[in-house]
Amino acid sequence: MPKPISEPPAGERLDSATSPDAATADLRAASKVVQAELKRRAEAASGASKSVLEATALMAADPMLIKAAVKLIVTGTSAERAIWESGASVAEMLHNLGGYMAERATDVLDVRARIVAELRGVTAPGIPQSAEPFVLVAEDLAPADTATLDPDKVLALVTSGGGPQSHTAIIARALGLPAVVAAVGVEALTDGAEVYVDGAAGTLMVDPGDEQRTAVTAWEHVAASLSVFDGTGTTADGHLVPLLANVGGAADAVKAAAAGAEGVGLLRTEFCFLERDTEPTIDEQVVAYRGVFDAFPGKKVVVRTLDAGADKPLPFLTDSTEPNPSLGVRGYRTDLTSPGVLKRQLTAIATAAQASSAVVWVMAPMIATVDEAADFAAMCRVAGLKTPGVMVEVPSAALRSASILTEAEFVSLGTNDLTQYTMAADRQLGTLAALNSPWQPAVLQLIQLTVAGATSEGHNKPVGVCGEAAADPVLAVVLVGLGVNTLSMTARSMSAVGAVLKSVTLERAQELAQLAVSARNSDEARTRVRAELPILEELGL
Amino acid sequence: MSERKATIASRVGLHARPASIFAAAVGELSIEVTIALETDPAEDAMDASSILSLMSLGASNGDIVVLRAEGDGADEALASLVTLLETDLDAE
Repeated sequence: MPKPISEPPAGERLDSATSPDAATADLRAASKVVQAELKRRAEAASGASKSVLEATALMAADPMLIKAAVKLIVTGTSAERAIWESGASVAEMLHNLGGYMAERATDVLDVRARIVAELRGVTAPGIPQSAEPFVLVAEDLAPADTATLDPDKVLALVTSGGGPQSHTAIIARALGLPAVVAAVGVEALTDGAEVYVDGAAGTLMVDPGDEQRTAVTAWEHVAASLSVFDGTGTTADGHLVPLLANVGGAADAVKAAAAGAEGVGLLRTEFCFLERDTEPTIDEQVVAYRGVFDAFPGKKVVVRTLDAGADKPLPFLTDSTEPNPSLGVRGYRTDLTSPGVLKRQLTAIATAAQASSAVVWVMAPMIATVDEAADFAAMCRVAGLKTPGVMVEVPSAALRSASILTEAEFVSLGTNDLTQYTMAADRQLGTLAALNSPWQPAVLQLIQLTVAGATSEGHNKPVGVCGEAAADPVLAVVLVGLGVNTLSMTARSMSAVGAVLKSVTLERAQELAQLAVSARNSDEARTRVRAELPILEELGL
Repeated sequence: MSERKATIASRVGLHARPASIFAAAVGELSIEVTIALETDPAEDAMDASSILSLMSLGASNGDIVVLRAEGDGADEALASLVTLLETDLDAE
């Protein structure tokens, strides 16, 4: 993927050989080329992305954008710098209008980058278009790139930035693509070079030989046979571990049910709220939740209440100027600053649950104290929801799980945030990728403590995992060995997790869990366990 | 100078898809057309072929806007643009 377009230096002037008239003509020509390309892409697209692309195409040659740039060119500014500044002021204007307009500001910046790329004669930013399937190489991928990423065209992902829990890694797992993040030597790769990507080993090889070609053919064969999950998660000796799906809406839920999911372990309710300026009404929410519940009649659906903040800001709920959003008002804490939103959401969930046969559980994200768990459980009961639970993402909740579970009926471990908070390492930072592994023995120990708390004090309450850790078939065995009752993951991972889990007894899983917890570091934990699971080789995992 | 008023019929107002359709229609004309909210002075009128201007105008469903144009065929052009604005362009 081409590098992002760099900013033309402030004060960059026209070179002496170029007249303002010539520069203006160049700019108009470049904007027309960009407009034609975006129109072409709009014709190939459908639905919501088609209308966004149509609007973006119009922006590329928009009189407001171009006229402001031409004014700057007349005063001697270079065409690149002129369109850069003009784009910035238009984007700022849209941003200040707020809501839908503010979201379009990104489109203006994209158009600006494309025009600068055209003026410089370099490749436009964004995921390249190619008729041939290809390995996508980039610095990192943004959530927005997912929308334009065609899983039939992209064979594998390689990025120089990002950690194991960055967006790229999450996208790759959701699409079932091999990926190497924080890869070394990516900058030296040239467009069109043949590469071999081994997602399991995390390696990248240029100019692969016959051995690698054979491995690719074998992997394709295994990937095809691994695409089916039989619908019952169990160890070799029949200890049941329901495999649930993480879903973000009705479409996801239908797909997950078709893939054999035994329920939903994490319904991300943000899908109702994102890209909105105002809170959705209770009726709107009821319809949205019903869509998911109806895909799982008679089965468990765990609903996570709104988890806004940090990497998921919402204009009407979170403060984007916080200096440290990961440690700020996010998740359950938004009930402090915007009381009422959570109460109405619980009402909507309860209404939708009443009208459906799904077994609905609810849990709050970012719970840190026993009092918070008690308050949330009380709110749930008032709304008529009988099974309130909490997510364990903050280390304090793991340490206090026994007391928390006197208030709540279950806990679900969000391993992505639990890892980030335990290791004090930002999920998005490639340089900290090693710290940010759920294989860190400290993280595994917190999971062990959570389970110990759940089975102590005379109660025996369920502990689930709904973070990315559950989707790693090797780590899944360790989690089961640590005493986790259910695993929730992206639907695509269920077949691999199910196959590996079925190869070990519960007792063996417990032994492997001890091997991992007692390891010196995350690499050793992973290597130790992998070495004891011969099925991984057989399945090519 | 021809001048016509129109009431915005699109539910989402004059942005997103309706703004794209309208700006594209104005762009195909050989004359310049301006647009302003009824409540704004004429000198604040903006280029109606600019989707960015239309978006910054912020016209909502039910708002009245004034279209102005000069030259050959201005009346016919404005009549067709008024029809466009008074259709719910987002309903298709």
